[in-house]
Amino acid sequence: MEELNLFIKSIFIDNMIFAYFLGMCSFLAVSKNVKTAFGLGIAVTFMLVVTLPINYMLNKYVLQEGALQWLSPSLAGVDLSFLALILFIAVIASATQLVEMAVEKFSPSLYASLGIFLPLIAVNCAILGASLFMQQRDFGSAGTAMIYGAGSGIGWLLAIVGIAAIREKLAYSDIPKPLRGVGIAFIITGLMGIAFMSFLGIKLG
Amino acid sequence: MLSKKNKEAFFNPLSKDNPVLVQILGICSALAVTASLEPAIVMGISVIAVLAFSNVIISFLRKTVPTNIRIIVQLVVVAALVIIVQQILIAYNYDVSKKLSVFIGLIITNCILMGRLEAFAMHNSPWPSFLDGIGNGLGYTIVLLIVAFFRELLGSGTLFGFHVIPQWCYNHGYMDNGLMILPPMALITVGCIIWVHRSRNKELQEN
Repeated sequence: MEELNLFIKSIFIDNMIFAYFLGMCSFLAVSKNVKTAFGLGIAVTFMLVVTLPINYMLNKYVLQEGALQWLSPSLAGVDLSFLALILFIAVIASATQLVEMAVEKFSPSLYASLGIFLPLIAVNCAILGASLFMQQRDFGSAGTAMIYGAGSGIGWLLAIVGIAAIREKLAYSDIPKPLRGVGIAFIITGLMGIAFMSFLGIKLG
Repeated sequence: MLSKKNKEAFFNPLSKDNPVLVQILGICSALAVTASLEPAIVMGISVIAVLAFSNVIISFLRKTVPTNIRIIVQLVVVAALVIIVQQILIAYNYDVSKKLSVFIGLIITNCILMGRLEAFAMHNSPWPSFLDGIGNGLGYTIVLLIVAFFRELLGSGTLFGFHVIPQWCYNHGYMDNGLMILPPMALITVGCIIWVHRSRNKELQEN
Protein backbone atom coordinates (compact mmCIF):
# COMPACT_ATOMS: atom_id res chain seq x y z
CA MET A 1 0.00 0.00 0.00
CA GLU A 2 2.84 2.33 0.91
CA GLU A 3 4.34 1.68 -2.52
CA LEU A 4 1.09 2.34 -4.36
CA ASN A 5 0.76 5.60 -2.48
CA LEU A 6 4.27 6.63 -3.49
CA PHE A 7 3.59 5.65 -7.08
CA ILE A 8 0.40 7.72 -7.39
CA LYS A 9 1.99 10.59 -5.52
CA SER A 10 5.02 10.74 -7.79
CA ILE A 11 2.83 10.70 -10.91
CA PHE A 12 0.32 13.37 -9.98
CA ILE A 13 1.32 15.41 -6.97
CA ASP A 14 5.11 15.53 -7.12
CA ASN A 15 4.99 15.66 -10.89
CA MET A 16 8.49 16.27 -12.23
CA ILE A 17 7.35 19.01 -14.58
CA PHE A 18 4.58 20.79 -12.76
CA ALA A 19 5.96 20.68 -9.25
CA TYR A 20 9.73 20.79 -9.81
CA PHE A 21 10.19 21.99 -13.42
CA LEU A 22 12.65 19.21 -14.10
CA GLY A 23 13.31 18.28 -17.71
CA MET A 24 11.78 21.48 -19.05
CA CYS A 25 14.27 21.98 -21.87
CA SER A 26 13.44 18.84 -23.79
CA PHE A 27 9.84 19.18 -22.62
CA LEU A 28 9.50 22.44 -24.54
CA ALA A 29 11.65 21.48 -27.50
CA VAL A 30 10.24 18.03 -28.34
CA SER A 31 6.56 18.66 -27.60
CA LYS A 32 5.55 19.69 -31.10
CA ASN A 33 3.88 16.41 -32.04
CA VAL A 34 2.38 13.64 -29.98
CA LYS A 35 4.24 10.70 -31.50
CA THR A 36 7.76 12.01 -30.85
CA ALA A 37 6.72 13.26 -27.44
CA PHE A 38 5.45 9.80 -26.54
CA GLY A 39 8.72 8.20 -27.69
CA LEU A 40 10.81 10.56 -25.61
CA GLY A 41 8.52 10.04 -22.62
CA ILE A 42 9.00 6.27 -22.84
CA ALA A 43 12.78 6.70 -23.12
CA VAL A 44 12.87 8.96 -20.06
CA THR A 45 10.68 6.58 -18.04
CA PHE A 46 12.92 3.67 -18.97
CA MET A 47 16.02 5.63 -17.97
CA LEU A 48 14.50 6.49 -14.60
CA VAL A 49 13.53 2.88 -13.92
CA VAL A 50 17.04 1.68 -14.78
CA THR A 51 19.17 4.36 -13.12
CA LEU A 52 17.32 4.91 -9.84
CA PRO A 53 17.90 1.42 -8.33
CA ILE A 54 21.56 1.53 -9.43
CA ASN A 55 22.07 4.93 -7.87
CA TYR A 56 20.22 3.77 -4.77
CA MET A 57 22.65 0.89 -4.35
CA LEU A 58 25.61 3.18 -4.96
CA ASN A 59 24.32 5.62 -2.40
CA LYS A 60 23.63 2.95 0.20
CA TYR A 61 26.76 0.86 -0.17
CA VAL A 62 29.40 3.35 -1.30
CA LEU A 63 28.51 6.96 -0.64
CA GLN A 64 26.66 7.36 2.65
CA GLU A 65 28.47 7.94 5.89
CA GLY A 66 29.61 4.55 7.15
CA ALA A 67 28.40 2.86 3.98
CA LEU A 68 31.76 1.27 3.28
CA GLN A 69 31.58 -0.75 6.49
CA TRP A 70 30.91 -3.95 4.55
CA LEU A 71 34.43 -3.71 3.07
CA SER A 72 36.23 -3.46 6.38
CA PRO A 73 35.24 -2.07 9.80
CA SER A 74 38.04 0.50 9.61
CA LEU A 75 36.14 2.34 6.89
CA ALA A 76 33.12 3.02 9.09
CA GLY A 77 33.92 6.72 9.44
CA VAL A 78 34.30 7.42 5.72
CA ASP A 79 31.71 9.78 4.22
CA LEU A 80 31.87 10.03 0.45
CA SER A 81 28.52 11.71 -0.11
CA PHE A 82 30.12 14.76 -1.75
CA LEU A 83 31.01 12.47 -4.67
CA ALA A 84 27.33 11.71 -5.30
CA LEU A 85 26.95 14.13 -8.21
CA ILE A 86 29.85 12.71 -10.23
CA LEU A 87 28.90 9.06 -9.65
CA PHE A 88 25.22 9.62 -10.41
CA ILE A 89 25.92 11.49 -13.61
CA ALA A 90 28.36 8.78 -14.72
CA VAL A 91 25.72 6.07 -14.22
CA ILE A 92 23.17 8.15 -16.09
CA ALA A 93 25.50 8.92 -18.99
CA SER A 94 26.39 5.28 -19.49
CA ALA A 95 22.75 4.16 -19.23
CA THR A 96 21.88 6.73 -21.88
CA GLN A 97 24.47 5.26 -24.19
CA LEU A 98 22.80 1.88 -23.67
CA VAL A 99 19.30 3.16 -24.38
CA GLU A 100 20.58 4.96 -27.45
CA MET A 101 21.99 1.73 -28.88
CA ALA A 102 18.79 -0.16 -28.08
CA VAL A 103 16.54 2.42 -29.71
CA GLU A 104 18.74 2.59 -32.77
CA LYS A 105 18.52 -1.18 -33.19
CA PHE A 106 14.83 -1.74 -32.47
CA SER A 107 13.14 1.41 -33.69
CA PRO A 108 15.18 3.32 -36.28
CA SER A 109 12.27 5.65 -37.07
CA LEU A 110 11.96 6.78 -33.45
CA TYR A 111 15.75 7.11 -33.38
CA ALA A 112 15.64 9.45 -36.34
CA SER A 113 12.82 11.57 -34.98
CA LEU A 114 14.35 12.01 -31.51
CA GLY A 115 17.61 13.10 -33.10
CA ILE A 116 19.86 15.08 -30.81
CA PHE A 117 17.50 14.75 -27.84
CA LEU A 118 18.29 11.10 -27.28
CA PRO A 119 21.90 11.68 -26.18
CA LEU A 120 20.70 14.77 -24.37
CA ILE A 121 18.62 12.57 -22.04
CA ALA A 122 21.91 12.28 -20.17
CA VAL A 123 21.57 15.93 -19.21
CA ASN A 124 17.81 15.79 -18.73
CA CYS A 125 17.41 17.25 -15.27
CA ALA A 126 14.45 14.99 -14.51
CA ILE A 127 16.74 11.97 -14.30
CA LEU A 128 19.53 13.44 -12.20
CA GLY A 129 16.88 15.25 -10.18
CA ALA A 130 15.07 12.01 -9.35
CA SER A 131 18.36 10.50 -8.16
CA LEU A 132 19.04 13.49 -5.94
CA PHE A 133 15.52 13.46 -4.49
CA MET A 134 15.92 9.74 -3.88
CA GLN A 135 19.12 10.46 -1.94
CA GLN A 136 17.31 13.09 0.15
CA ARG A 137 14.28 10.98 0.93
CA ASP A 138 16.00 7.86 2.19
CA PHE A 139 13.83 5.17 0.63
CA GLY A 140 13.69 1.80 2.35
CA SER A 141 14.83 -0.43 -0.50
CA ALA A 142 15.96 -0.42 -4.11
CA GLY A 143 12.48 -1.63 -5.10
CA THR A 144 10.87 1.48 -3.62
CA ALA A 145 13.38 3.63 -5.45
CA MET A 146 12.45 1.86 -8.69
CA ILE A 147 8.73 2.49 -8.06
CA TYR A 148 9.51 6.14 -7.43
CA GLY A 149 11.43 6.21 -10.73
CA ALA A 150 8.57 4.58 -12.63
CA GLY A 151 6.04 7.00 -11.14
CA SER A 152 8.14 10.08 -11.92
CA GLY A 153 8.73 8.84 -15.46
CA ILE A 154 5.06 8.20 -16.12
CA GLY A 155 4.20 11.62 -14.69
CA TRP A 156 6.70 13.19 -17.08
CA LEU A 157 5.30 11.13 -19.97
CA LEU A 158 1.73 12.24 -19.19
CA ALA A 159 2.78 15.87 -19.05
CA ILE A 160 4.72 15.87 -22.33
CA VAL A 161 2.03 13.96 -24.24
CA GLY A 162 -0.61 16.33 -22.86
CA ILE A 163 1.21 19.46 -23.91
CA ALA A 164 2.10 18.00 -27.31
CA ALA A 165 -1.59 17.32 -27.98
CA ILE A 166 -2.52 20.87 -26.98
CA ARG A 167 0.26 22.36 -29.10
CA GLU A 168 -0.91 20.41 -32.15
CA LYS A 169 -4.30 22.09 -31.79
CA LEU A 170 -2.73 25.48 -31.11
CA ALA A 171 -1.49 25.60 -34.69
CA TYR A 172 -5.04 26.55 -35.72
CA SER A 173 -5.61 29.30 -33.19
CA ASP A 174 -4.94 33.00 -33.49
CA ILE A 175 -2.32 33.86 -30.91
CA PRO A 176 -0.74 37.34 -30.57
CA LYS A 177 2.45 37.32 -32.61
CA PRO A 178 5.04 37.87 -29.86
CA LEU A 179 3.49 35.07 -27.83
CA ARG A 180 3.63 32.42 -30.57
CA GLY A 181 5.84 29.38 -30.04
CA VAL A 182 7.58 29.23 -26.69
CA GLY A 183 5.68 31.99 -24.97
CA ILE A 184 2.30 30.31 -25.22
CA ALA A 185 3.85 26.93 -24.40
CA PHE A 186 5.05 28.36 -21.08
CA ILE A 187 1.66 29.79 -20.22
CA ILE A 188 -0.13 26.56 -21.12
CA THR A 189 2.30 24.54 -19.02
CA GLY A 190 1.52 26.88 -16.15
CA LEU A 191 -2.21 26.39 -16.59
CA MET A 192 -1.75 22.62 -16.75
CA GLY A 193 0.27 22.88 -13.55
CA ILE A 194 -2.62 24.65 -11.85
CA ALA A 195 -4.92 21.86 -13.01
CA PHE A 196 -2.54 19.25 -11.60
CA MET A 197 -2.57 21.08 -8.26
CA SER A 198 -6.08 19.80 -7.77
CA PHE A 199 -4.52 16.40 -7.01
CA LEU A 200 -2.86 17.81 -3.90
CA GLY A 201 -3.76 15.96 -0.74
CA ILE A 202 -4.82 12.70 -2.35
CA LYS A 203 -3.85 9.80 -0.13
CA LEU A 204 -4.60 6.16 -0.74
CA GLY A 205 -5.14 3.54 1.91
CA MET B 1 41.28 42.59 -25.17
CA LEU B 2 37.81 43.92 -25.90
CA SER B 3 37.50 43.64 -29.65
CA LYS B 4 34.13 43.85 -31.37
CA LYS B 5 33.71 40.09 -31.33
CA ASN B 6 34.47 39.85 -27.63
CA LYS B 7 32.00 42.61 -26.87
CA GLU B 8 29.36 40.70 -28.78
CA ALA B 9 30.16 37.52 -26.87
CA PHE B 10 29.60 39.46 -23.67
CA PHE B 11 26.64 41.72 -24.47
CA ASN B 12 24.49 39.64 -26.84
CA PRO B 13 23.38 37.15 -24.18
CA LEU B 14 22.08 39.97 -21.99
CA SER B 15 19.03 40.60 -24.16
CA LYS B 16 19.12 39.82 -27.89
CA ASP B 17 20.44 36.30 -27.42
CA ASN B 18 19.33 35.74 -23.83
CA PRO B 19 19.90 32.12 -22.79
CA VAL B 20 16.51 31.78 -21.05
CA LEU B 21 14.22 33.94 -23.17
CA VAL B 22 15.64 33.27 -26.64
CA GLN B 23 17.75 30.12 -26.56
CA ILE B 24 15.28 28.47 -24.10
CA LEU B 25 18.08 26.95 -22.05
CA GLY B 26 18.25 26.36 -18.33
CA ILE B 27 14.55 26.73 -17.68
CA CYS B 28 14.36 24.09 -14.97
CA SER B 29 16.39 25.87 -12.36
CA ALA B 30 15.30 29.31 -13.55
CA LEU B 31 11.79 28.51 -12.39
CA ALA B 32 12.31 26.43 -9.31
CA VAL B 33 14.43 28.86 -7.29
CA THR B 34 12.54 32.06 -8.02
CA ALA B 35 9.93 32.10 -5.25
CA SER B 36 12.03 34.79 -3.53
CA LEU B 37 15.02 36.97 -4.40
CA GLU B 38 17.71 35.62 -2.10
CA PRO B 39 17.98 32.06 -3.46
CA ALA B 40 17.62 33.48 -6.97
CA ILE B 41 20.69 35.68 -6.51
CA VAL B 42 22.76 32.87 -4.99
CA MET B 43 21.73 30.56 -7.82
CA GLY B 44 22.62 33.24 -10.40
CA ILE B 45 26.08 33.78 -8.94
CA SER B 46 26.73 30.03 -8.75
CA VAL B 47 25.77 29.59 -12.40
CA ILE B 48 27.93 32.54 -13.50
CA ALA B 49 30.93 31.07 -11.68
CA VAL B 50 30.48 27.52 -12.95
CA LEU B 51 29.73 28.67 -16.49
CA ALA B 52 32.69 31.05 -16.77
CA PHE B 53 35.24 28.59 -15.40
CA SER B 54 33.95 25.53 -17.24
CA ASN B 55 33.99 27.56 -20.46
CA VAL B 56 37.65 28.48 -19.86
CA ILE B 57 38.69 24.93 -18.95
CA ILE B 58 36.91 23.34 -21.91
CA SER B 59 38.33 26.01 -24.18
CA PHE B 60 41.87 25.11 -23.05
CA LEU B 61 41.12 21.43 -23.62
CA ARG B 62 39.29 21.87 -26.91
CA LYS B 63 42.16 20.68 -29.13
CA THR B 64 43.16 17.71 -27.03
CA VAL B 65 39.76 16.11 -26.36
CA PRO B 66 38.63 13.56 -29.00
CA THR B 67 35.16 14.49 -30.26
CA ASN B 68 33.41 11.24 -29.37
CA ILE B 69 34.15 11.43 -25.66
CA ARG B 70 33.71 15.18 -25.35
CA ILE B 71 30.32 15.01 -23.58
CA ILE B 72 31.75 12.91 -20.79
CA VAL B 73 34.74 15.23 -20.43
CA GLN B 74 32.43 18.23 -20.27
CA LEU B 75 30.22 16.56 -17.68
CA VAL B 76 33.18 15.70 -15.48
CA VAL B 77 34.59 19.24 -15.63
CA VAL B 78 31.20 20.74 -14.84
CA ALA B 79 30.44 18.23 -12.09
CA ALA B 80 33.77 18.96 -10.38
CA LEU B 81 33.10 22.71 -10.45
CA VAL B 82 29.55 22.25 -9.17
CA ILE B 83 30.79 20.13 -6.26
CA ILE B 84 33.19 22.93 -5.32
CA VAL B 85 30.37 25.50 -5.42
CA GLN B 86 28.11 23.21 -3.40
CA GLN B 87 30.71 22.65 -0.68
CA ILE B 88 31.43 26.40 -0.46
CA LEU B 89 27.71 27.13 -0.10
CA ILE B 90 27.25 24.50 2.59
CA ALA B 91 30.20 25.96 4.46
CA TYR B 92 29.34 29.66 4.26
CA ASN B 93 25.60 29.98 3.62
CA TYR B 94 23.92 26.91 5.00
CA ASP B 95 20.35 28.29 5.08
CA VAL B 96 20.29 29.20 1.43
CA SER B 97 21.96 25.94 0.42
CA LYS B 98 19.14 24.12 2.27
CA LYS B 99 16.56 26.21 0.40
CA LEU B 100 18.15 25.48 -2.98
CA SER B 101 18.34 21.78 -2.05
CA VAL B 102 18.92 19.66 -5.14
CA PHE B 103 18.95 22.57 -7.53
CA ILE B 104 22.63 23.40 -6.99
CA GLY B 105 23.43 19.83 -8.00
CA LEU B 106 21.19 20.24 -10.99
CA ILE B 107 23.45 23.00 -12.35
CA ILE B 108 25.31 20.04 -13.89
CA THR B 109 22.36 19.24 -16.09
CA ASN B 110 21.52 22.89 -16.67
CA CYS B 111 21.31 23.05 -20.43
CA ILE B 112 22.94 26.49 -20.50
CA LEU B 113 26.21 24.84 -19.57
CA MET B 114 26.16 22.09 -22.17
CA GLY B 115 24.75 24.48 -24.73
CA ARG B 116 27.47 27.10 -24.28
CA LEU B 117 30.26 24.54 -23.99
CA GLU B 118 29.18 22.86 -27.23
CA ALA B 119 28.33 26.02 -29.14
CA PHE B 120 31.05 28.39 -27.99
CA ALA B 121 33.88 27.05 -25.86
CA MET B 122 34.66 24.17 -28.26
CA HIS B 123 35.49 26.64 -31.03
CA ASN B 124 36.94 29.67 -29.30
CA SER B 125 40.01 30.62 -27.30
CA PRO B 126 39.85 30.97 -23.50
CA TRP B 127 39.38 34.75 -23.14
CA PRO B 128 36.30 35.11 -25.38
CA SER B 129 34.94 31.91 -23.81
CA PHE B 130 35.32 33.46 -20.38
CA LEU B 131 33.42 36.58 -21.52
CA ASP B 132 30.75 34.41 -23.14
CA GLY B 133 30.37 32.48 -19.89
CA ILE B 134 30.03 35.64 -17.80
CA GLY B 135 27.62 37.18 -20.33
CA ASN B 136 25.34 34.16 -20.49
CA GLY B 137 25.45 33.75 -16.74
CA LEU B 138 24.43 37.39 -16.34
CA GLY B 139 21.64 37.05 -18.89
CA TYR B 140 20.35 34.07 -16.93
CA THR B 141 20.65 35.91 -13.61
CA ILE B 142 18.74 38.93 -14.94
CA VAL B 143 15.77 36.79 -15.93
CA LEU B 144 15.92 34.99 -12.59
CA LEU B 145 15.86 38.29 -10.74
CA ILE B 146 12.94 39.70 -12.73
CA VAL B 147 10.85 36.58 -12.12
CA ALA B 148 11.82 36.43 -8.44
CA PHE B 149 11.07 40.16 -8.02
CA PHE B 150 7.49 39.80 -9.21
CA ARG B 151 6.87 36.52 -7.42
CA GLU B 152 8.21 37.70 -4.09
CA LEU B 153 6.57 41.14 -4.30
CA LEU B 154 3.13 39.91 -5.30
CA GLY B 155 3.29 36.61 -3.48
CA SER B 156 4.48 37.59 -0.03
CA GLY B 157 4.74 41.39 -0.16
CA THR B 158 8.45 41.36 0.61
CA LEU B 159 11.74 41.98 -1.21
CA PHE B 160 14.85 40.19 0.14
CA GLY B 161 12.68 39.33 3.14
CA PHE B 162 11.82 42.97 4.01
CA HIS B 163 8.22 44.12 3.93
CA VAL B 164 7.80 46.72 1.20
CA ILE B 165 4.04 46.90 0.85
CA PRO B 166 2.88 49.43 3.47
CA GLN B 167 0.50 48.40 6.20
CA TRP B 168 -2.32 50.76 5.09
CA CYS B 169 -2.69 48.77 1.87
CA TYR B 170 -3.46 45.69 3.95
CA ASN B 171 -5.82 47.75 6.11
CA HIS B 172 -7.76 48.69 2.99
CA GLY B 173 -8.17 45.08 2.01
CA TYR B 174 -5.06 44.33 -0.10
CA MET B 175 -4.02 40.70 0.16
CA ASP B 176 -0.86 38.85 -0.85
CA ASN B 177 -1.53 36.53 -3.74
CA GLY B 178 -0.46 33.13 -2.43
CA LEU B 179 -0.77 31.66 -5.91
CA MET B 180 2.37 33.54 -7.01
CA ILE B 181 4.50 31.44 -4.65
CA LEU B 182 3.27 28.19 -6.17
CA PRO B 183 5.25 26.61 -9.03
CA PRO B 184 2.80 27.13 -11.95
CA MET B 185 2.90 30.92 -11.65
CA ALA B 186 6.65 30.88 -12.36
CA LEU B 187 5.89 29.44 -15.78
CA ILE B 188 3.22 32.02 -16.48
CA THR B 189 5.51 34.86 -15.34
CA VAL B 190 8.25 33.68 -17.70
CA GLY B 191 5.64 33.37 -20.47
CA CYS B 192 4.67 37.01 -19.94
CA ILE B 193 8.33 38.14 -19.88
CA ILE B 194 8.86 36.36 -23.21
CA TRP B 195 5.77 38.12 -24.52
CA VAL B 196 7.09 41.58 -23.56
CA HIS B 197 10.61 40.77 -24.76
CA ARG B 198 9.42 39.57 -28.17
CA SER B 199 7.05 42.45 -28.75
CA ARG B 200 10.06 44.75 -28.29
CA ASN B 201 12.38 42.62 -30.47
CA LYS B 202 10.27 41.90 -33.53
CA GLU B 203 12.96 39.82 -35.27
CA LEU B 204 12.58 37.09 -32.63
CA GLN B 205 8.90 36.41 -33.28
CA GLU B 206 7.87 33.04 -34.66
CA ASN B 207 5.25 32.55 -37.33
